[in-house]
Amino acid sequence: MSVKNDTIKFSDELTKFIMEWKEKPGNLIMILHKVQEEFGYIPRDAADKVSEMIKVPLAKIYGVITFYHFFKLTKPGDFNIQVCMGTACYLKGGDGLIEEIESLLGIKTNEVTKDGKFSIEAVRCVGCCGLAPVLVVGEEVFGKVTKDQLPGIISKFN
Amino acid sequence: MALRNYILVCGGTGCESAGADSIYKNLISECELQGVADEVQIIKTGCFGFCEQGPIVKILPEDSFYVQVKPEDAKELVSEHIVKGREVARLLYNKNESKKHAKVEDIEFYQKQFRIVLRNCGFINPENIDEYVAREGYAALEKVLFEMTPDDVINELKVAGLRGRGGAGFPSWMKWNFTKQVEDDVKYVVCNADEGDPGAYMDRSTLEGDPHSILEAMTIAGYTCGASKGYIYIRAEYPLAIKRLEIAMGQAREYGLLGEDILGSGFGFDIEIRLGAGAFVCGEETALLASIEGERGMPRPRPPFPAVKGLWGRPTVINNVETWANIPVILLKGGEWFSKIGTDDSKGTKVFALTGKIRNSGLVEVPMGTTLREIIFDIGGGIANGREFKAVQTGGPSGGVITKEHLDTPIDYGSLTGLGSMMGSGGMIVMDEDDCIVDVTKFYLGFSVDESCGKCSPCRIGGRSLYNLLDKITKGDGEMEDIDKMKEIGAAMKKASLCGLGQTAPNPILSTLHYFEKEYLAHIKDKRCPAGKCKELISYNILADKCIGCTACARKCPVDAIIGERRQLHRIDPDLCIKCGVCLETCKFGAVFVR
Ligand SMILES: Cc1cc2nc3c(=O)[nH]c(=O)nc-3n(C[C@H](O)[C@H](O)[C@H](O)COP(=O)(O)O)c2cc1C
Ligand code: FES
Repeated sequence: MSVKNDTIKFSDELTKFIMEWKEKPGNLIMILHKVQEEFGYIPRDAADKVSEMIKVPLAKIYGVITFYHFFKLTKPGDFNIQVCMGTACYLKGGDGLIEEIESLLGIKTNEVTKDGKFSIEAVRCVGCCGLAPVLVVGEEVFGKVTKDQLPGIISKFN
Repeated sequence: MALRNYILVCGGTGCESAGADSIYKNLISECELQGVADEVQIIKTGCFGFCEQGPIVKILPEDSFYVQVKPEDAKELVSEHIVKGREVARLLYNKNESKKHAKVEDIEFYQKQFRIVLRNCGFINPENIDEYVAREGYAALEKVLFEMTPDDVINELKVAGLRGRGGAGFPSWMKWNFTKQVEDDVKYVVCNADEGDPGAYMDRSTLEGDPHSILEAMTIAGYTCGASKGYIYIRAEYPLAIKRLEIAMGQAREYGLLGEDILGSGFGFDIEIRLGAGAFVCGEETALLASIEGERGMPRPRPPFPAVKGLWGRPTVINNVETWANIPVILLKGGEWFSKIGTDDSKGTKVFALTGKIRNSGLVEVPMGTTLREIIFDIGGGIANGREFKAVQTGGPSGGVITKEHLDTPIDYGSLTGLGSMMGSGGMIVMDEDDCIVDVTKFYLGFSVDESCGKCSPCRIGGRSLYNLLDKITKGDGEMEDIDKMKEIGAAMKKASLCGLGQTAPNPILSTLHYFEKEYLAHIKDKRCPAGKCKELISYNILADKCIGCTACARKCPVDAIIGERRQLHRIDPDLCIKCGVCLETCKFGAVFVR
């Protein structure tokens, strides 16, 4: 059994959630969502701790994490810029937006800037196709984005 | 005091992102400031569908339809419209033609629409159960619980002829009946809200705009089939929809419409939300069930079908959001009424997410049998920026394209399949002459390859091979034999894949090869991309008679590939050019062109 469970601290809320869901069948994905909500990704130590708390093998937890795109194994930037690459956004130039953001931030998609501030992610349709091309930073949705607006959007979070 | 006006502010995700919340708050404070707060009710509703023109504000009873409203317009809307009773002409839709298009029913976008699924979207506050109830909400549930037997319900759905809106179009009454007939003391009802098709957001808007309709319908299914527990499996990417569902569930429990002994009938039913985690294959029903069980979302062979052996091995009715949203209306108005809408093959309406190169993108609900031309040109207003219509894609990564010749086909499940596409969940993506068919097809294949769960080899290996062939063609290395290879691999995948993902992934290729073979040949034989999209096959050039030597493009070029003195003809160095297209965007004189 893992002994790392002291290396990471879960908030009371998270611990309570896990305890509530512990006995429910099919709880793993819901618990991982909650862990990711707390840390922004799923740290190895957190996976270890979850494994211990709900008595599910770590291998199974990693099996699930790696299957689902939504779960992240590395820490994203403070502001994760999600550029929609759904069909509608792709046709309206979503790929061009990604290239431009990459050049503005000097990183590639799925990388984090040195100061840990920004990361870029290409995501599937975020469900605002009427506003294509769309990008999302945190809770904020930007629609009908043009390349010219990108520096402004980035500086908003800087 | 009676209310004088109702102000409806669109609270769909699109309008929210464009400031709807500030508009809502400003309207409230302006009404207070201007002393009319008691006479006006301000409601934040679900999506109006006309996303292109958002944020949208509608004022009743005049039915004035204000578009592209800004937070700072709140003051004028209140002082003019509410206080003085004068419409604010500059904000009305189509203001140029004075008041001609002020009313909703006069707007072309809405004229051919017929709303069953979206009946409440844009009319009620989705966070208030009373408003749902006021529009006959939960009346169907009451009728079912006290006046109908389970067989009556199934019979009504049979008469209605409702087919599943999640893609496959399976008759809903049959599914329900299978589950009902299996003897088991534990059964489940599931709502598929995974909406994986990129470029589609019908289900999202329905959930955000009218969450109670889904809860009501699932409860009806529980009663009919003998289940007491339901799950809504929803994408984690839809936070607003999740929040509104949670609020709705709480209110329904409070009103005794969910939980034990519903409305004193003795029947109990409750619903739990389960989040998806960004895997397209989890929209497939057996994979979805695996995911609710907390496993990797891998499909399972069918049969056994979920209706008989589903969640945790128990009989499970699983339907799509839009299918659910139809149920209460059918039971209230009768199957007979519903069956009169639509075509022989497909009854009722269908919601489409009309996007891409269309002037009015948005959500539209039309009777089955409406033609593509009506949807794209009458409702959608045609192609944006004066370009030519090229094709419309339906069915997402499982579907295909439909060309100009077939625009007058009345759409239903059968006719779309006949054209080599499919209904799918309702994404309708319009392409114009600037879109390269081979490139878009590669986009879809890339999607299917990424989303393949890897369990069966036809899908895992076949999909990758198809993608590689397309990639080769878009890079100018295609050979004639590649076309036959793609057809062969595609046929094998259709036959041998385990689930619908692999079985339908070749469709975009097969369909575009059928309708746009010439464009493939241009890439393969002439090494040319007619739409000017495939980077390896195009070059940027400057027209001598148009370039005035303003140096604007040269200053913008990120790699200094443009050479030329001030007032002299410029030239692009093809070896340095990275084909980013900035020069084309920059040039005001139309001197840059793509070959
Ligand atoms: C690869 C794949 C993805 C699917 N994605 C969805 C989806 O996102 N939403 C949905 O409702 N149905 C989806 N389906 C269809 C479901 O398997 C199933 O047919 C549907 O949930 C049944 O509901 P209905 O009868 O109401 O249409 C998908 C099917 C396949 C093969
Ligand atoms: S395709 Fe980008 S929001 Fe739907």
